[in-house]
Amino acid sequence: MERNLMKGNEALAEAAIRAGCKCFFGYPITPQTELAAYMAKRMHKAGGVFLQAESEIAAINMVLGAASTGVRAMTSSSSPGISLKSEGVSYIAGSDLPAVIINVERGGPGLGGIQPSQADYWQATKALGHGDFQLLVYAPASVQEMVDYVVKAFDRADKYRMPAMILADGLLGQMMEPVTFPEINPEAYDKSGWAANGHKMKREHHIINSLYLKPDELENSILDRYKRYEIIKETETEAELYLTEDCDILVCAFGATARVAKSAVNDARAQGIKAGLFRPKTLWPFPVKEINEAAKNAKKLLSVEMSMGQMIEDIKLAINCSKPVEFFGRTGGVIPSPAEVLGEIKRMGGAL
Amino acid sequence: MAVVFERPKSLIDIPTHYCPGCTHGIVHRILCEVIDEMGIEGDTIGVCPVGCSVMAYDYFNCDMIEAAHGRAPAVATGVKRTNPDKFVFTYQGDGDLAAIGTAETVHVATRGENIVVIFINNTIYGMTGGQMAPTTLPGQITQTTPFGRSPELAGYPVKVCEMLSTLTGTAYAERVAVDSVPHIKAAKKAIRKAFENQKAGKGFSIVEVLSTCPTNWGLAPLDAIKRLQDEMIPYYPLGVYKDVEEGVFPKTEGGNE
Repeated sequence: MERNLMKGNEALAEAAIRAGCKCFFGYPITPQTELAAYMAKRMHKAGGVFLQAESEIAAINMVLGAASTGVRAMTSSSSPGISLKSEGVSYIAGSDLPAVIINVERGGPGLGGIQPSQADYWQATKALGHGDFQLLVYAPASVQEMVDYVVKAFDRADKYRMPAMILADGLLGQMMEPVTFPEINPEAYDKSGWAANGHKMKREHHIINSLYLKPDELENSILDRYKRYEIIKETETEAELYLTEDCDILVCAFGATARVAKSAVNDARAQGIKAGLFRPKTLWPFPVKEINEAAKNAKKLLSVEMSMGQMIEDIKLAINCSKPVEFFGRTGGVIPSPAEVLGEIKRMGGAL
Repeated sequence: MAVVFERPKSLIDIPTHYCPGCTHGIVHRILCEVIDEMGIEGDTIGVCPVGCSVMAYDYFNCDMIEAAHGRAPAVATGVKRTNPDKFVFTYQGDGDLAAIGTAETVHVATRGENIVVIFINNTIYGMTGGQMAPTTLPGQITQTTPFGRSPELAGYPVKVCEMLSTLTGTAYAERVAVDSVPHIKAAKKAIRKAFENQKAGKGFSIVEVLSTCPTNWGLAPLDAIKRLQDEMIPYYPLGVYKDVEEGVFPKTEGGNE
């Protein structure tokens, strides 16, 4: 298989095109810039549409329009831009439309900074817009995983008719790594039962809509969606368990931070401390079964994040607060070092 | 016996939620007549706004999409760019198009997006109960301008056709009214022209329709028509503001003259 040295943002774009994405609508923002630039160069050659929108809001609504006709569509942005897209994401979810949204996170709140961050965890997994809904949220930790999860995100978005997000960060977006593009044969999901692409006088008209003025009808539409969510929670969770079988201290981290944490776990093992790593690859659904398996022999857990501590709440919920869960994080664009994480592990290990 | 007048096939035969005397029904009808006459129902995708026509997807028999408030032009762009062979229209009110959706409106026009926008200007927010719209006339009493719209406090009305006609991407901008039979006929002709423009790939076309809102104006339907004629038409003159085919350009756009 051919190996390419690619920047994370460009790999995301190339993978999307290979996954059958037919249109990209976006608005410039750092640090996802290269993604849109790559799309601008490549999309028309792939027979698709690249359009720079007048705003993040317009971009996500262009995605909604294209997705309504049954076409694979995506947008990408970074934290402040994702906030602007949240209205459209809610409408996409409420209209049961597939779409892929990429967030190459930077520090917040407000304009924040342009360095890597994971402080949009809550936004992505709990409330990317108003109302009862969820997105599938994938957290790659390498350029290769960015490729793999873009492909999966398009597939699952179509399969479940819902938005899917790649929650990356400025570190993953900007770094270069070798990647292999797998043979991709996107599954063609039948959208003829709902797509609004002109009925040709051969069927009833289709309506793409999120408005239900009768409360029981709205409730039923949400209940239907939540039935799908239950299936997703049962079947779509993914996580990496590393040296967890005998670990005393289970370090939990996702995305780029997990690589830092893995180094710290290895260093701890070299010093005789039984540390292990739990890395969720899906943030929603959160891998509840997997973390309980990883934590079964652990005495303490440590959540390491590039934020003030957001995933830690899901960890505590997932294990029913059955064990102490501590937190270490850097935020505002500061990347934690393996030495800092090792220090935390040693501090916790010493107290065992 | 020969049928000389019937309901357009693309207008679904169900009661609408519109108030008695509202002119949305007239605009729906002439829009559907155009769709029928051009034989394009099966190739048309409409986009509804948020506002009184939010549920128009239940009335038009073509495929329909319900957009977020102000975002119909962006949704329509996504549809048209991926389905260039289809007819795409938005149907938007004044709050939707000229307040919360101003950016989408200006940019869909300046991109020359090959779609049709039907713009209902009735100088008020109808669905939410009669608040000041961007098109509310100076002095007009609304729920949020209880002493009359004061330009000092609330600024001036937006003249949409005048504004959009300055943009190079706009192929066609015409303001019509539905207050009388001749005006309704002219309105239908304008809508037909807008769709023919789309068929010919001419670019962005907007038809602004001066309409009434008897309920929120607090007027009987006939008095509402009279207000449209006496107060709205003088402020919002009817006519073609831009037509690249006929060589009608606004004075401000020197480059195209």
